[in-house]
Amino acid sequence: MPPSDTKVAGKGLGSLPDDDDRGVPSVESVMQPDAFTMFSRRVIGHRSFMVAAIIMITLIIVALFAPVLAPHDPLGQDLDRRLMPPVWNEAGSWTHPLGTDMMGRDYLSRLIYGARVSLIIGFSAMMISGVLGTVMGVCAGYFGGKVDMVITFLLTTRLTLPVIMVALALVAVVGGSLNTVILVLGFLLWDRFTVVMRSATMQIRNLDYIRAANAIGCSTRRIIFSEIMPNVLGSLLVIATFEIAHSILLEAALSFLGLGVQPPTPSWGLMVSEGKDYMLFDPYLVMLPGFAIFLLVLAINLLGDGARDILAPENRN
Amino acid sequence: MLNFMTKRLFVAALVAFTVSVIAFSLLRLSGDLATMIAGEDASAQDIEIIREQYGLNKPYHLQYLDWLGDGVQGDLGESMFYPEEVTALIKDRLPNTLTLAGLGVLFAMGLAIPMGVIAALRPDSWVDRTALTIAVLGQALPGFWFALMLMFVFGLFLRWLPISGNETLAHFILPAISLGYYSTPAVMRLTRTGMLEVLNSDYIRTAHAKGLPTFVILFKHALRNAIIPVVALSSVQFGNMLGGSVVTETVFQIQGIGHLAWESISRNDFPVVQAVLLLVACFYIVLVLLGDLLNAWLDPRLRVT
Repeated sequence: MPPSDTKVAGKGLGSLPDDDDRGVPSVESVMQPDAFTMFSRRVIGHRSFMVAAIIMITLIIVALFAPVLAPHDPLGQDLDRRLMPPVWNEAGSWTHPLGTDMMGRDYLSRLIYGARVSLIIGFSAMMISGVLGTVMGVCAGYFGGKVDMVITFLLTTRLTLPVIMVALALVAVVGGSLNTVILVLGFLLWDRFTVVMRSATMQIRNLDYIRAANAIGCSTRRIIFSEIMPNVLGSLLVIATFEIAHSILLEAALSFLGLGVQPPTPSWGLMVSEGKDYMLFDPYLVMLPGFAIFLLVLAINLLGDGARDILAPENRN
Repeated sequence: MLNFMTKRLFVAALVAFTVSVIAFSLLRLSGDLATMIAGEDASAQDIEIIREQYGLNKPYHLQYLDWLGDGVQGDLGESMFYPEEVTALIKDRLPNTLTLAGLGVLFAMGLAIPMGVIAALRPDSWVDRTALTIAVLGQALPGFWFALMLMFVFGLFLRWLPISGNETLAHFILPAISLGYYSTPAVMRLTRTGMLEVLNSDYIRTAHAKGLPTFVILFKHALRNAIIPVVALSSVQFGNMLGGSVVTETVFQIQGIGHLAWESISRNDFPVVQAVLLLVACFYIVLVLLGDLLNAWLDPRLRVT
């Protein structure tokens, strides 16, 4: 069937001049636009999603082009220029728009490079936990029975462990660095992927088309990858965004507690920790990096919320 | 119900056992604990003495059994930093953490339940949307930063409340807010959904029809039913807060088990770390179990699975 059939018919009828005058709804308003138009309309019409997307793209660009955008070396100390206030302060200057820290390092440059650390950790940790959690969740949901029992048990055990304490202990044992933090978070935060993928797979597993695929002799691998995965991709994407945010928050907390990314790396969490002793007289040292984390996490969460609305408007609540 | 309970208890015991193995092996991942304890310039002889003293020369499974056997009898070893037994140390610190988490839950419920009820009464109104906005913003706040901001505003700037230590109840107000705030979105959402569901049910319509005052319907009939899962969730949140207390207690210098865990982790004081991990996990297991049983007791449909 040629897909343009309905469109042509729609155009012809819609051009009747006195449709609206007679109080009859025009054909365009009744007719469903094609899927892509509907989708893009939903994306663009979703205000918080668009705002979040703009913030997110900006931050990613900042992180990518950090060496070009940063006015100074984020690690370059200058003890003669310690604790210079930001430019909105009387004593501030445009050489260091957001001032300098207690080592005389340019704060703006450190914040810019900090975006890199947060984004790298957020994305990488999510990739690890995503693969782990999805494999476990899909297996539990698809195979059920004993497999499900074992995975559910692992999940329960994981939920029982206090994440931040275990992460702190692990980082302390292995030694804090960017890679350690990524691995520790990746291996700790798979729970939500498993929970959601498990129930999503369970729901789909009993649908007729999966039975049909089974009946015509499709292999398990084929069923999982070509029949199930495409249908759980939406939920997967939504969880993935939330888990990026989760990892970023945890990294910040670990670094803040001194057992995450190590100095002098410009991690936002570490910057808050370094600045907290100067909070009374130089509050910007704590405010700025903390606000940066807040903004990034907020944007990611809003993207996730928006993605859920756009991909599956029926289960918004 | 009995069948359900035994099943749950069995799983809980198995989880507790697994967690104890994890807590035990976590700190042995790094390799030789004796070398770590002895420090950098210890002689081979010193290391050997330490190994002997802490029983680190035995095979791992025997070490584990020793630890577990003593642990069951209430002896979790000695701290390597404090001149105290781990059990005594924890006994000393636990009340502070329980106070903190308890106040945190109270704060979360006190804020979230009214907001959830109002949001459910007027879905999609400005109240509903404001509540949602607060939840979305709150979830993006880094805990330690929120704590510092509270400290800055109410402690340093307004000078209303103390910002560090745990001497009086007033010392717990800011920490409880910063810890409890994270549970508000979840509690609020559950209250809202629960209330919406109950308010649309037949017996509420009946209550309206027979002319009961709205106030009575809301609080005596609707909220009472909607609140049960919320209470169960809050008990789980309480468990989460015990773990999350690390950050809050460190920022506000509260001498609780979270702070103790952080100190001990930084100092490689592994007997304490193991014990705190196990304790927090066990608390969580018990609280989740209580939540599950509470839900199952009130809703027979849940007992089947």
